[in-house]
Amino acid sequence: MSVRLDGHYALKEITCHVPVGDFLAIVGPNGAGKSTFIKVMLGLLRPTSGSMKLYGLEPRSVPPDWIGYVPQFKTMDLTFPAQCVELVISRIRRRWPWSSLRKDRATAIAALEKVGAAHLAERQINALSGGELQRVFLACGLVRSPRLIIMDEPATGMDIIGQKSLYQTLEEYRKETGATIVMVTHDWGIAGHHATYVLVLNSALISFGPPAEALQNKHLRRAYGHVGHPMLPGME
Amino acid sequence: MFDFLKTVLDSLWALLLSLWAFLITVFPFLQYGFMQQAILAGIAVGFLASFYGVFVVQRGMGFLGDGLGHAAFGGVAIGILFSVEPLWAAVLFTVFVAVGITWVRENTKLESDTVIGIFFALSMAIGIVALSLTPRYTQDAITYLFGSILAVQPMDLYVIGAVVVVALATHRLWGRWAYATFDREMAMADRVAVKREDYFLSLLIAVTVVTSIKLVGIVLVSAFLVIPAATARLMSRKFSTMTRLSIVIGVGTALGGLFASYYTNTPSGATIVLGQGVLFVICMIAARAFITLRKRPA
Repeated sequence: MSVRLDGHYALKEITCHVPVGDFLAIVGPNGAGKSTFIKVMLGLLRPTSGSMKLYGLEPRSVPPDWIGYVPQFKTMDLTFPAQCVELVISRIRRRWPWSSLRKDRATAIAALEKVGAAHLAERQINALSGGELQRVFLACGLVRSPRLIIMDEPATGMDIIGQKSLYQTLEEYRKETGATIVMVTHDWGIAGHHATYVLVLNSALISFGPPAEALQNKHLRRAYGHVGHPMLPGME
Repeated sequence: MFDFLKTVLDSLWALLLSLWAFLITVFPFLQYGFMQQAILAGIAVGFLASFYGVFVVQRGMGFLGDGLGHAAFGGVAIGILFSVEPLWAAVLFTVFVAVGITWVRENTKLESDTVIGIFFALSMAIGIVALSLTPRYTQDAITYLFGSILAVQPMDLYVIGAVVVVALATHRLWGRWAYATFDREMAMADRVAVKREDYFLSLLIAVTVVTSIKLVGIVLVSAFLVIPAATARLMSRKFSTMTRLSIVIGVGTALGGLFASYYTNTPSGATIVLGQGVLFVICMIAARAFITLRKRPA
């Protein structure tokens, strides 16, 4: 599949296949087309050529409830007057809640509990730290019990402990439900540690496969130009 | 059973009549037809402007009210030039401009403010040229600039009534507009028809602006759209609360302003907006005081 944006290729001839129930990490430098890849998955962009299939379906015909998207918070309006629990409820109903029904509220609180953020339920979203906000977004992603979780840099602003519990929650969810996870990250240490497949992008496909294979130094050097000092997992 | 129902209805009717008699004793001007029309229009446009105002404020499109108000001026002037009912000309022209603004914003990389600014100036220019081509003296145009209680006609009431009906019939869109206001991309990924609903919102805001200008005037219509919602924003922790409060403030200040404008013999629009401005300042001070109080250790 390829995607052209404004006359240049954001993604060029990417081919890969990830089995259901696996954990795909997408890594690559800034501007490598990682977010474009996610937009195609969400049905927000159409490939210029080729195609993408999720569970055998075109992205736009996948029922929205199948997908739990955890976006980056830079795309949203953080001055919006909202409590965390309302944000989670909005993802259940796919519209903003005028009032919260007890059933939806209970579901939302349960999702917040799963990510250890139940205490934030009544808090204003603009009063949260980056890490707390990411945890609430993860609850948003999980609340519909999706079979596919798509995350864009979910660890942004999280401390080490937060990150650890994030990946633990994801692993547990994947084992419990057999869901597929797709995560964009700039941290290839994390990718190597948690993912079962890694896709290294730099507009073109650099490498794809199990972490040990895809994250070889020669591939990373091609993707990033040169690789500085080796990074430890969790270090930035 | 039927007799009982009739007795209840009769006594309710009697209650309403005595309430009306009481209101007329306290506010004698309520007997005047023009005042009744102005008050009905005030309640309705106060509701519409403050309801759609929450999206205007939260999406940072405060300038849109200005742009559409001036588009309405262009429409009114065209109507006067061709001897068409100015209201219809204004509705058509303003809706056209609103859709134009939304289209250009979505299909170019220009910022909202720039796009609105261009349409604003163009509409004004069209309006001025149209007025200068009109052979007779045009008092009408002045009325539209500043608004007047005397300007509301039964025709305006019908149009406003129709917009209120549409607004009530589409109240379920509130949740989707709010969802898209918070995170447009998320809403699109969730298959909300964000673009189509944005056009519809612009269209409704345009009609609201046009129907408000008879009372409020072109110059002040954007304040009328923005201040109730902004005041509500200061005091709300939820978007639903903000919307409810905004409507209360919008309808309340429209009514209060009309009453005050009758007694002080000042233009209705300016009086309403002055009242809204004072309320905004009071709420801002109160909200800040509240935050300081809460922060102080017990």
